[in-house]
Amino acid sequence: MVFAFGNNWSNFSKYVGDVFGSILGAEGIFAFFLESGFLGILLFGWNRVGPKMHFFSTVMVAFGAHFSAVWIVFANSWMQTPTGHKIVMHNGMERAVMNNFWEVLFNPSALDRLTHVLLGCWLTGAFLVLSVSAFYLLKRRHEEFALRSFKIALWVAVLGVLLQLVSGDSSARGVAKNQPIKLAAFEGVYETSKGPSGMYLGGIVWPKERKVTGIEIPGALTLLVHRNLKDPIPGLDQYAPELWPRVGVVFQTYHLMIMMWGLMFLAVVLSLIALKRKKLLTSRFTLWLLVYSVLFPQIANQAGWFSAEMGRQPWAVQGLLKTQDAASPTVTAGQVIASLVLYSFIYLLIFVLFIFLLDKKIKHGPDDKVEPVEYRDHLPDGEPRERGTL
Amino acid sequence: MTYGLELFWYIVIIASICNYAMLDGFDLGVGCLHLFTSKDHERRIFLNAIGPVWDGNEVWLVIVVGALFAGFPDAYATLFSSFYFPLTVLITGLIFRACAIEFRSKVLSRRWRATWDLLFCVASAVISFAVGIALGNLIYGIPLNENHDYVGGIIFTFLHPYALLVGALVFTLFVMHGAIFLVMKTDGQLQEKIKQWVNPTIILFIITYAITTLVTLIYLPYMAERFRERPYLFILVVFNMLAIANIPREISRGKAGWAFLSSCANILFLMVLFALGTFPWLVRSTIETDLHSLTVTNAAASSMTLGVLSIIVAIGIPLVIAYGFYVYHIFRGKVHIEDHSY
Repeated sequence: MVFAFGNNWSNFSKYVGDVFGSILGAEGIFAFFLESGFLGILLFGWNRVGPKMHFFSTVMVAFGAHFSAVWIVFANSWMQTPTGHKIVMHNGMERAVMNNFWEVLFNPSALDRLTHVLLGCWLTGAFLVLSVSAFYLLKRRHEEFALRSFKIALWVAVLGVLLQLVSGDSSARGVAKNQPIKLAAFEGVYETSKGPSGMYLGGIVWPKERKVTGIEIPGALTLLVHRNLKDPIPGLDQYAPELWPRVGVVFQTYHLMIMMWGLMFLAVVLSLIALKRKKLLTSRFTLWLLVYSVLFPQIANQAGWFSAEMGRQPWAVQGLLKTQDAASPTVTAGQVIASLVLYSFIYLLIFVLFIFLLDKKIKHGPDDKVEPVEYRDHLPDGEPRERGTL
Repeated sequence: MTYGLELFWYIVIIASICNYAMLDGFDLGVGCLHLFTSKDHERRIFLNAIGPVWDGNEVWLVIVVGALFAGFPDAYATLFSSFYFPLTVLITGLIFRACAIEFRSKVLSRRWRATWDLLFCVASAVISFAVGIALGNLIYGIPLNENHDYVGGIIFTFLHPYALLVGALVFTLFVMHGAIFLVMKTDGQLQEKIKQWVNPTIILFIITYAITTLVTLIYLPYMAERFRERPYLFILVVFNMLAIANIPREISRGKAGWAFLSSCANILFLMVLFALGTFPWLVRSTIETDLHSLTVTNAAASSMTLGVLSIIVAIGIPLVIAYGFYVYHIFRGKVHIEDHSY
């Protein structure tokens, strides 16, 4: 990413460099080194350090990941709700220059969004462990191990799902206050209603007709945003259409995110019931749901980020810099397409390999008894077989 | 002309490049040498010699880029949008190299391992070359207009003979550095075998270095201007020569650690020569150099940001050095294959 800003978004880099740069620099120095340094000990240090030191390294890696999230989400939040800067002219172009470091860092959306992102990451981790544990329980392998990790992950998931509800509510009210167009697009509010506005659980957006068809809970949106049933929610009709994001897309990604939360909630509730009735091992439906539940937080995170970023359009930095003005003027469309295709191909390839290796690792299980195994390939005649270990 | 915090920040960036070359330099060099042994066991020793540290070493590249973005946003924006093609190659190399290291030993199949071995070696060589080509272009300059925007071609502007020469210089430098590192991390027969590799890599490096120096002095005389103004700076060149000459001496004495430190000193002096030659340019323009170039002054961020950055560095760098040393201390000594090895 630190390359991509300069490659594809050179005007953005010039515009925000003064504000952004120090935040990204802090991320590199405080987070990356911590994570990568102790990751070495975590992976290779089993025979070199004691168990306490090894645990400490594991904690440091976790801290590193959290610090990364802190700085990067703060930087991104500044793009949503910029504060603490002033605009100056430099080398013939407008720039945002830092005025107050703490105001830049703790901009209005920073803490809400950080909490939301971190909870999303915890849920991702918890449901991965739940999924693998449920798989072992279904296959009756490593049962004791799987049950223990299942319970730990379940409690993290319960906590995460509940807290995410609070955090989501707080984030959405922040969006309503700071980026009302974005909220209107999320909820598909085309017209400012006179009475309380309803909230769609899901539906289809008709951008041309400026209408939404869907299941609606009357009054719910006004209640959630204003905590009363009187104050109106400003609709998209209050703003010029060139300042609207793609309503049809962000409405769907936003609702997909909420739907995924619903599925996580369901998975957690069913597991708790099964555990309470001591029927976890025979609740095949619940266990299979959990095996697939690894996808729910992944989809929710992606959908959430798409909503946050596409919902901000046409702005790259809300109210300051349009996305079309942020791109690199000297880079051609051909270069962008070529690199995009290349990276997509590479990531797809790596994703397939990752799934293949993860699947292998999961099926291999936690008993890490290493014994010399022979290569599986058929070798040409006459060549001696080499021995290797995993 | 007096400089303030921007000079400090320039030194931070140069020091970070230097750290990157010293640290990631040896693991890239090990990668370039990977195919020179055909035994699976020896290849695994190579991989595990760099296993616990390559990831942290690579962070220095992120730091260089991040520091440039933070301290000199205009130089960052111009450089990265103009070096689009070389950087795409570099990033592709970095991705495949990381995958090769992580995935290689996870499947017990000869074909699987041979594929990743090849990718690991090629990617390491490509990254080394790309780093050199980038430095070569920084010395030679790229065409910029009066707004400091790039006006050159997409691919071939960067691949002129001088850039390729510096590419070869960095490549041979890293290969030599990697070979010395491997001597330090191995023992027995394998160490004897690698010791045989060190001298040829040194000779290769010295030849490339000599050619690069000659070409630079003849065609890019501005690189030596500061040395003509202040002749005492030539002492740096002498130190550089001594550092290089000390490497084969320490290897034959069996002190691989000292040889490695000499090689690090060589990299340090090369970087200082680069900085003294190019300062105050960050991105030298081949058109109207005095007006169109991006310098330490005209590309710098606001003094407020540079101040914040200095505080971050003052807190962060001692921490980074402390746990950097700690990790290297834990993984000191010769490499042996264990249960959790690559």
